Amino acid sequence: MVTCLGDLFYPEVGERIVRLLRRLGVAVEFPAGQTCCGLPLFNSGYHEEAATVARRTVRLFDGDTPVVVPSGSCAWMVKHEYPGLMKDAADRAAATRLAARTWELSQFLVRGLGRSRFVAAVRGRLTYHDSCHLLRGLHEAESPRVLLRALAGAELVELPNADECCGFGGSFAVRLPDVSSAILDRKLAAVEASGADCVVACDAGCLMQMRGGLGRRGSRVRALHLAEVLDVEGEPS
Amino acid sequence: MSEPEVATPLRERTGHALRDPFLQQALTIATTRFIDLRREAFGDFPDGESLRDRARAIKEATLQRLDHHVERLVASVESRGGHVHYAVTAEEARAIVLDIARRSGARLAVKSKSMATEEIHLNEALATAGVTPVETDLGEYIIQLAHERPSHIIAPAIHKTRGQVAELFERELKRPAAPDPEALTAIAREELRRRFLDADLGITGANFAVAETGTVVLVTNEGNGRMVTSLPRVHVALMGVEKVIPSMSDLMVFLAVLARSATGQKLSVYTSLVSGPRRGGELEGPEEFHLVLLDNGRIAQIAGSLREALACLRCGACLNVCPVYRQIGGHAYGYTYPGPIGILLTAMLNGPRSVKDLAHASSLCGACADACPVRIDIPRMLIELRREVDERRIAPRGERAAFRALARLLVRPAWYRLTARVARVLQAPFVRGRTIRRVPFDLGEWTRTRDLPAVAPRTFQERWAALEREGR
Repeated sequence: MVTCLGDLFYPEVGERIVRLLRRLGVAVEFPAGQTCCGLPLFNSGYHEEAATVARRTVRLFDGDTPVVVPSGSCAWMVKHEYPGLMKDAADRAAATRLAARTWELSQFLVRGLGRSRFVAAVRGRLTYHDSCHLLRGLHEAESPRVLLRALAGAELVELPNADECCGFGGSFAVRLPDVSSAILDRKLAAVEASGADCVVACDAGCLMQMRGGLGRRGSRVRALHLAEVLDVEGEPS
Repeated sequence: MSEPEVATPLRERTGHALRDPFLQQALTIATTRFIDLRREAFGDFPDGESLRDRARAIKEATLQRLDHHVERLVASVESRGGHVHYAVTAEEARAIVLDIARRSGARLAVKSKSMATEEIHLNEALATAGVTPVETDLGEYIIQLAHERPSHIIAPAIHKTRGQVAELFERELKRPAAPDPEALTAIAREELRRRFLDADLGITGANFAVAETGTVVLVTNEGNGRMVTSLPRVHVALMGVEKVIPSMSDLMVFLAVLARSATGQKLSVYTSLVSGPRRGGELEGPEEFHLVLLDNGRIAQIAGSLREALACLRCGACLNVCPVYRQIGGHAYGYTYPGPIGILLTAMLNGPRSVKDLAHASSLCGACADACPVRIDIPRMLIELRREVDERRIAPRGERAAFRALARLLVRPAWYRLTARVARVLQAPFVRGRTIRRVPFDLGEWTRTRDLPAVAPRTFQERWAALEREGR
């Protein structure tokens, strides 16, 4: 599942993931007709509409293949909210099965494939920002850090208050843009103070927010998706 | 609707808060300190997690049979010579307290910190009726002098720096005051001492009321609660009806998590157990004791979407960790209860219309639910409130239309792909490299402070065919 932000704004992240997985021996399929998981509708309280979008996605991903999602929040939506949104029993059963075989990328690599040793696709010091839905929704703080700590050719530095929100929050970012930006300022100050050259995240929403803020500040620090810093040994992609 | 609607739009309120450098400084210092203290307190407390579960389970079980526990509480308080009153609305609660004040001929009331009395706007009512209310908690004393309202559930003056407090004391008390917490506390203590002795009425809230014993429990750090409950002739305790707990052994569970969550203390400095009026042979305590149980929208939520919020201990932990609260402070929320839990409580007291904007004053990051000693799923209920705001057609018509249009688009992949192509054409004049720095109209809310990624020259879906061939 590429997710809407991944499809429209960060297609190279999706490309890298496909190549990365293939090098790890995983055959990758991409069901046509994907749009969005429906999280923006759900979080804003439009649950019937979110259910319609979710039902379509559940049917699109019917089968037994593991589903890898490059965004913690979308993975959370599928795993945590999809089953409860389905009214029809058959749909609910299908949504429950989909929830069980859906993985956020870092979790799939570490916990699904048991692969944690990669080489760095970027140089310098990295730091990691915990995305809220991955951390508190899927309770995953370790997998991304396992990958980044073991990353040959890069150094991981801890980000002070890494678990604090970046201020994105979907429609929150435009409903209360001043507050969202003030929260972002606090986050970016911590990123810059960490001395890292690059802040890594596992959610397209956080990346959009942090990249947007860093760009506007003219910062030398880059915000990258986890997939953008991982390479398989011996075969740079 | 228990509290008046706030006239100033939320955006204006938050803007005001963000531009106040004193507020920003005070908030950062205080909330950071609270966060660190709480983390330490639970860090070396191995039973913490299971006690949180236990506390929540007790609250749930009590709510299941709230009528039974309230009946027991009433019987216990009355058997010890106290009086119990029940107020369905804020107005009724004010009338009950004013009536007690009138019958006892009170002119001066000392108060210990109580959000329930703030919720019913008791001080204004007392003053109008000719009874002078004096707040004796240091933070409450400060904001009363400043003619403000609390901006935090447990630290009412959290929005003020020490320098501002010193200036306030100099102006209002007409005496020199150094910006030093100890000196300022000494001044307040001196000012308050004679008020304690002169007061005819003591008013408190209650952190808990134990049904089996009729004991009202006050958790404080300054000892003012004890003076308020023992010096004046009459003591009135006002509390939300959901604060009843079955037994003393339950109380121990709550005390173990409350102070740790609130201030990072193992136990607050004072835990006062008040059991009715002074009886024969006792040396201190009031001659009359009244307990006012306040409904004000709570009972309806036992079977409502905000039920979980009835488990709230009012510790304030969710405020301290909330990225939004930390930026805007309590006053910007506009009602008595600020922060994430405050949005839920505001909806409970004043109905969903009062939170049509506030329900969105959260990035749903979940830090609040993590910090909550009784694990209230605040983000989930905020989403529920948003749903209610939509379903009751309180949300703006334009917004509802836009989200419905988005939903239609997202189930039609051909439209979705077409939209991406159209966006690429429309964005062309604004794109520099792969980003957009300025756009007109609504999206400007994003680009005022942040670059916006442009829709990629080729989306992932448009690249897939080539990518698929590459894999063969």
